Amino acid sequence: MDEILQGILKALELIITLDPEVVDTTSRTLMISISSTLLASLIAVPIGAIIHFKHFKGKRAIINIIQTLYSIPTVLIGLLVFLLISRSGPLGSLNLLFTPWGMILAQAILILPLIMGFSITALKGVGEEIIDLARSLGATEYQTLFTLVSEARYGIMAAIILGFGRAISEVGIAIMIGGNIRGYTRVITSAMALETSKGNLELSIALGIILLAISLIINTLLNYFQEK
Amino acid sequence: MIVLLNGGFYTNRYVYICISRELEIKHKKGGTTMKKTFAIALIIITLIATLGIYHLSNPGREILRISTTTSLEDTGLLEELEAQFEKKYPNIDVQIVSGGTGIALERGKKGDADLIIVHDKKREEEFIKEGYGTKRYPFAYNYFYILGPADDPAGINGTQSATEAFNKILTVAEKDPQHVKFVSRGDNSGTNLKEIKIWENITDYNSTVRGSQWYIESGSGMGDTLRLADQKGAYTLSDSGTYLAYKNKITLVPYITNGSELLNIYTAIPINPKKIKSANYDAAMKFIEFLLSKEGQNIIGKYGENKYGKPLFTPLYGKTEP
Repeated sequence: MDEILQGILKALELIITLDPEVVDTTSRTLMISISSTLLASLIAVPIGAIIHFKHFKGKRAIINIIQTLYSIPTVLIGLLVFLLISRSGPLGSLNLLFTPWGMILAQAILILPLIMGFSITALKGVGEEIIDLARSLGATEYQTLFTLVSEARYGIMAAIILGFGRAISEVGIAIMIGGNIRGYTRVITSAMALETSKGNLELSIALGIILLAISLIINTLLNYFQEK
Repeated sequence: MIVLLNGGFYTNRYVYICISRELEIKHKKGGTTMKKTFAIALIIITLIATLGIYHLSNPGREILRISTTTSLEDTGLLEELEAQFEKKYPNIDVQIVSGGTGIALERGKKGDADLIIVHDKKREEEFIKEGYGTKRYPFAYNYFYILGPADDPAGINGTQSATEAFNKILTVAEKDPQHVKFVSRGDNSGTNLKEIKIWENITDYNSTVRGSQWYIESGSGMGDTLRLADQKGAYTLSDSGTYLAYKNKITLVPYITNGSELLNIYTAIPINPKKIKSANYDAAMKFIEFLLSKEGQNIIGKYGENKYGKPLFTPLYGKTEP
């Protein structure tokens, strides 16, 4: 129990003194997770909207698959992407393994189904009458889609926040794809794993608290903007 | 919204009026603040992206990727060597990735590393035989420790060798599995294989040891395994580095701390550029040269003195491995 108190004190100390290694790791963590969330959102939201909007055979099955992928283990994504971008893999020539770019790619794959699925759910919450109305007022397909998405924006925002939360808190990809290289691919979660096995439990707890603090700031900002 | 829907609104005038009122209210509420929101969000994202680009840029330095085991990475020795090496060769960016011995070697085979540093002679020799590595360069060693609870229920205190101690644990544990327990890594790591090898000296591991009531496989890293053994009041085998790092957090005490059976030799192997085209052989050799130089060996021999009261490794200083 003593470690928890020490961890909280250590977290405060690291934040107040702006410990260079912590600042470095934290900004890298943010950069990677925000990039992967942006990348995944740019793909997942439009595709989710199209899936919701169009009526086609096998739609239920596709939604079912997307929802199943919510629980895909991060280590599995890590392994699959590792085999894909390893120098002897099909994308080996891009030299993505053990780079932040590889981590962004893998994290985006991880949270893509999450954002897509929850966007579809958010869009379902928008009444059918909005579609009918938009159509009856002569909106084109694209305009209708846009109307629909903007009506569901709160739900979609929640989906994106959820995706960001999963990206910033995962550790399997950070270690498998990033390699936990100091000063290059080390993020908060992989630093925590390392410090724990080193026996620096207080530092590990402190890093965990910092990660939660970041999430708190980001969520507060987003909620603030949403309510405006 | 209104612009968007202006296509043919005369067709349903009544609905339009109702909806447009609702939308207008929403629109007014969000209009100017929405723009502000976007501007602020944009500034934040740009700031983070700039920070990010600064971090991700790798200004024309050559990369030396070292794949190593967690037990070595956890001691922090490589970090120290990396810092000194990069001072000497500012053009080489050393990147260290760690994992179990298995994945560390696998990365070498797949062309994802230029140099591997591991501690499992048998697998190292196979690695070279298969043509992936050029040569073994042993550079330092230490000993595995046999740890146990302070009251020593199996009575291994005073035994002369690891085999003797394991034998005693086995005999007493079979009679009293409630009080004598052993925690194994159970993860095929170098430490785990070392442990199995000692069991094999006295008995058939798979039939008498594995699966026994007193034998617990943690399936996790050394630190977690130490904590588990501590909680259960069990015996375990640990590398000295991790034990020293955890010394103040656990109550286990070391009983056997040396002898040829517990020897743990760390070896560097450059990846063979003839087999793996992408391997950076020159940089790997520069690192090995540094590792074996007097300067490098001195760093290794002193490492851990301040933090743990005694050094974690014994450098070889050019001698053959013991």
